[in-house]
Amino acid sequence: MTENVVHEHDSHNDPEHIRREIRVYKIIFASLLVLTVLTVGVIKVGDVPIHYAIMIALAIAITKGTLVAGFFMHLLSEKKLIYAVLALTVVFFAFLIWLPLHDVYTKMGK
Amino acid sequence: MVSHADAVADHGHHEIAIPYNVTPRPDTGVYNAKLGVWLFLASEVMLFGALFSSLILLRTGAPSWPRGWELLNVWAATLNTFVLISSSVTVVLAWSYLRLGDLKMGRIYIGLTLLCAAIFMVVKGFEYTHEFREGNFPSKGNFFALYFTLTGLHGLHVLGGMIVFFYFLTVGSKMWKTEPQRYTNRIEVVGLYWHFVDLVWIFLFPTLYLL
Repeated sequence: MTENVVHEHDSHNDPEHIRREIRVYKIIFASLLVLTVLTVGVIKVGDVPIHYAIMIALAIAITKGTLVAGFFMHLLSEKKLIYAVLALTVVFFAFLIWLPLHDVYTKMGK
Repeated sequence: MVSHADAVADHGHHEIAIPYNVTPRPDTGVYNAKLGVWLFLASEVMLFGALFSSLILLRTGAPSWPRGWELLNVWAATLNTFVLISSSVTVVLAWSYLRLGDLKMGRIYIGLTLLCAAIFMVVKGFEYTHEFREGNFPSKGNFFALYFTLTGLHGLHVLGGMIVFFYFLTVGSKMWKTEPQRYTNRIEVVGLYWHFVDLVWIFLFPTLYLL
């Protein structure tokens, strides 16, 4: 059955490469679990003040998100067109988040 | 090069196969379904982005805002975070084993993904039931309005994923016999969607429960 499978990139689809990937996925999985424990531990158990809590929580969430997107969604080695679609998405997403933050800073300035 | 599976089928009746769902399209470098799901995910980013934007606006504009753990069950949400992260790794392992030609292991991991999704929904159900018993409905205030909107929409995405996984675990897996690469690609595509659902939760969890 395996011989019939048409591969996109032979080098990325040889069994040894796939088994190496599986090992990497397991390491990423363990890292994500540790980071989750860290988030809850530092913010809830440590009862960190809200300003620091926001920075810590966001930093950990971004790290976890990067690991999921980079390794599980294979964005570390994706085609240019996918990067182009995502770059455009990031621009619009950043605008959506900037809008309320800009409002806050404008009010703070008054 | 267009494979046999991608070629237009003409067996006396006018059946037109969707092109490039097995081999990459030369100009994009990816098969069509993969590009399609990334475009869909881009629209999903905007959907959840608009809700996160609303959350920032309402929270920063409010004179006071509760910390999530005072009102919500952090430990249930932490358990759900572990469950969803586990499901992300099981779906990527399912795809890997299918690439190795191992349907049995692939199906086991798809089944485990489905199980994780079901556990997530059951835990969420307990959380919702508890909140309703406490009188915490969306109409109570901005915090609960946002909590139920964001987690409700996310839960609908989990439910949608469960339906797709159930299909690929059962009748959908018949495709393996005739078109194994196309079936493998389908698991990759639903996996990308599932990782996005996990990503959204990774940001929802601290935002709603911890901050």
